[in-house]
Amino acid sequence: MLQKKIPLAIVFIFGVISILQYFVPHPLSQAYYDTMLKWMIGVGSMAIFLALVSFIRHHQVRLKKKEHAPYSAVALLSFLFMTLVGFIGGMGPGSVFQKMFYYVQAPLQATMFSLLSYYMASASYRAFRAKSFEATLLLITAFIVMFSVTTFGNYVPGVPKALEWIMAVPNMASKRGIAIGVSLGSIATSLKIILGIERNWLGG
Amino acid sequence: MHISHNPWVWVAAILTLAIFSFLYKDNPFFKMAEHIFVGVATGYGFVYTWNNGIYPNLLKPIFVDHQWLFIIPLILGLMYLSVVVPKFAYFIRWPFAFLLGVGSGLSVPLAFRASLVEQIKYTILPNPHGMSAILFINALLILIGVVTVVLYFYFSTPHEGVMKPLTKTGIVFLMVGFGASFGYTIMARFSLLVGRFEFLLGNWLGILPWLK
Repeated sequence: MLQKKIPLAIVFIFGVISILQYFVPHPLSQAYYDTMLKWMIGVGSMAIFLALVSFIRHHQVRLKKKEHAPYSAVALLSFLFMTLVGFIGGMGPGSVFQKMFYYVQAPLQATMFSLLSYYMASASYRAFRAKSFEATLLLITAFIVMFSVTTFGNYVPGVPKALEWIMAVPNMASKRGIAIGVSLGSIATSLKIILGIERNWLGG
Repeated sequence: MHISHNPWVWVAAILTLAIFSFLYKDNPFFKMAEHIFVGVATGYGFVYTWNNGIYPNLLKPIFVDHQWLFIIPLILGLMYLSVVVPKFAYFIRWPFAFLLGVGSGLSVPLAFRASLVEQIKYTILPNPHGMSAILFINALLILIGVVTVVLYFYFSTPHEGVMKPLTKTGIVFLMVGFGASFGYTIMARFSLLVGRFEFLLGNWLGILPWLK
């Protein structure tokens, strides 16, 4: 009862009411929508505690292993420091928290992602050989897109126009086709979840 | 050359170089920087979520505005922590059930309108500002592309007979779309790389005159 029936009932009741509220033009319906948005953000945000439990447990275990201990200690200390400066000093302009974001987190994140450019370039060199017509098409399109966003490519006659056409016609058609497929899939899955046909989310 | 005297810029520069050291091979400097990133990002996420998610949507309505109905999402949120006690771990399904129920319910009509009806509408309706021959050909190409791409993802029928040339056409459009996405992703990463070098050579070392 507590393990499966109540969660399934919660999904069904909230799911049906949430669909119906869209078709009911009444202040009550709007109030329900506004409240549910707040509840959803609130409940979703509380999942951060689940992440924190997992993060602390993971590094707690690694602290006992000699080769990982210094790194896990650094991760935990960085987390503690960031949390403390955030709660004590606030998040406002000029705070240590904001400086930590701009001078520690942002550079680290940007450098990590920029590092991927090397690996993507080398991996794509190995993977995207022009073996078939489709692969050649992908390569040519990628080349035109990459070339046209460079300063030099911008001055080559016809290249900016070609990019504009690629983005507005074939790219738009493929993205629109995918969007239609995704929305059909998401509507079907949502209905299956609400009606209790799809129960994988309940786990074992 | 005007090297920066700002200690924060030095911290950012050293961490940037530590991450770049991975290009040589995995090393303790990279691992240290990686773990600093994990810790700082987790801390940032926690403080940000507390200030923008938990406090304004759960704690303020209850303890400041005295809207007692908000105790329900607070209790649901606390149920996440039931995983700490294995005997009561199944209570974690309740907040998930709530999120799935409301999320699915709200998304069905929205997805139907925004992603399905609107997309189909702009694919089949003519341009209200009139149509030249080129615009007509482009609109026709978009229509053919959308229909064939959707058909390509229709797996209830084998891609044989009439379906074969249609799905083949769908693949052509998909490949152009993937190529464009791939090209933009690569260039986005390269612009980040350029940004990091600008920071190291300009903001830190002061070699670039326009970025001191």
